[in-house]
Amino acid sequence: MWSHFHHGADIGVRGVGETLERAFEEAAVALTAVIAEPAGIRCLETVEVRCEAPDRELLLVDWLNAIVYEMAIRHMLFCRFKVELQGSLLLGSACGEAVDVARHQPAIEVKGATYTELEVREDRPGEWRAQCVVDV
Amino acid sequence: MKTAALTRVSEFEWRIEPTGNMRVPGVIYATEALIQAMDEKVRDQVVNVACLPGIVSASYAMPDAHWGYGFPIGGVAAFDADQGGVVSAGGVGFDISCGVRCLRTGLRRSDVEPFNERLADALFRRIPVGVGSHGPIRLGGAQMDAMLTGGARWAVEQGWGTRDDLKYIEGQGCIADARTDAVSDRAKKRQRDEMGTLGSGNHYLEVQEVSEIHDRETARVYGLDEHEVVVFIHCGSRGLGHQIGTEYLKTMATSARRHGIELPDRELACAPLRSDTGQAYLGAMRAASNCALANRQIITHLARQVFAELLPEADLTLLYDVSHNTCKLEEHMLDGVIRKLFVHRKGATRAFGPGHPDLPDEYRAVGQPVLIGGSMGTASYVLAGNANPRVPSFASACHGAGRAMSRRQAHKSWQGGRLLKELRERGIIVRSPSLRGVAEEAPQAYKDVDAVVDGAEEAGLARKVAKLRPLVCIKG
Repeated sequence: MWSHFHHGADIGVRGVGETLERAFEEAAVALTAVIAEPAGIRCLETVEVRCEAPDRELLLVDWLNAIVYEMAIRHMLFCRFKVELQGSLLLGSACGEAVDVARHQPAIEVKGATYTELEVREDRPGEWRAQCVVDV
Repeated sequence: MKTAALTRVSEFEWRIEPTGNMRVPGVIYATEALIQAMDEKVRDQVVNVACLPGIVSASYAMPDAHWGYGFPIGGVAAFDADQGGVVSAGGVGFDISCGVRCLRTGLRRSDVEPFNERLADALFRRIPVGVGSHGPIRLGGAQMDAMLTGGARWAVEQGWGTRDDLKYIEGQGCIADARTDAVSDRAKKRQRDEMGTLGSGNHYLEVQEVSEIHDRETARVYGLDEHEVVVFIHCGSRGLGHQIGTEYLKTMATSARRHGIELPDRELACAPLRSDTGQAYLGAMRAASNCALANRQIITHLARQVFAELLPEADLTLLYDVSHNTCKLEEHMLDGVIRKLFVHRKGATRAFGPGHPDLPDEYRAVGQPVLIGGSMGTASYVLAGNANPRVPSFASACHGAGRAMSRRQAHKSWQGGRLLKELRERGIIVRSPSLRGVAEEAPQAYKDVDAVVDGAEEAGLARKVAKLRPLVCIKG
């Protein structure tokens, strides 16, 4: 499950899931939804990413920034994400397609994920939340 | 923001007394109405910045301040390297050297109006805009490095503009001491096909009419007259700047403790000016500033091509180019002593007063043009820096209106198509690749730019010279 939360100038992205990995994946869908409707993006090509950071919060920011980077250099939008965590290491993948301006109606580029409102925690057993504000 | 937590110094100045770990007070310049409309988070962020090592005088917020990340947007803070001062990636922002450029056209509204639709179409076709857009220019290797060290000067050498343009750009179009070795390959890769692109969000190119003159003498010096047409370009350092911001934010956050810095919040990530990290960031940030200056120079060239084809009598000359996301080494007089300080302006515009040596000769008597971009469909302004400002905020003024409503809320509240129709009925032609983007940028989603500019003038930050009304808007 993903959602957006309010931030003055920018926008907050939040992913909630049964596991930490699922929360990270959902946060990436929330990131996509800042730009375009995820349901309108087809999964045609998969891109692998790898991130490493000293703690879970920084790893979330790295993961989202890796997606931002792949979107920018490949001119792609992604709709499906897979995350596998091995300690401080994240092995992930993003599946999507080339940006089609007429069909996707992308509203805005995301410049980067920030440390504002950055939280990664298990709110209750089996419910993980991963969130931060992204700069647009 | 509740005014009860602030000390009112004057009608336009509010002070946060130093408590806890604050090294200096906080100062907010705004009318009571603007203060009341500000998020409480602005106060928290002004306080947090006041806790950083080596901060000088005060942690300032401009009349358009709003909740940012680390620093408030509209935040100004200066640091002294001799006193353990720091440089902060969040204090500059992801869109390094985002700024505004204003061009005179030598045309009057009546010359342009019959061509508005064609002008809008031609500009929209010529200037790459929006998500995933890329230009015809490909940069790599030595060329990329030449751009990162040369800025607008490099762009002019490539044929995109004239040497005269450079006189009217901060730093004469080239920011010194850029370090290409401090810019990662990933940042360079992100920029390889983004030169001459406008970007998205609140970035735009507008054709505007000078609708009001407030200071006739200064307007004359700036070459502005009522009903004349100007071009306003608002954009920054594109993917390169975003990637540099991203990477150094992490480096600074993870190395702060090693540098003996206790961060009140990780989002305030910073490094001592006299550290390898601090020096590398300054070098990379300056390279990104050159990228932004080169980018606005190339877009200027593209706009000139379009005008030459449609309105050959047009002569697009540069009024000024000023950035509002920067950290610059500047000299400022404090307690009768000139000190060299690293001034962070995050969503704030440098506003040098008359007589400043860095100003072009023509403007030295009246002060620096301060360019304030409105949102789509609303006014923009040209202000001028004040002499001996009553306010000591390191010659800084506001930068725009600031959002009043989140993007998602705006997307739910307005329909892009209807907004375009309403704007057209008001004589404003908008071209954008995304109707959702148009809805998110609805004029009503922003604060009243007139109130922000009035607040800046009343606080003595800068004085109003001319008000500009949009005719054509190319929007990301």
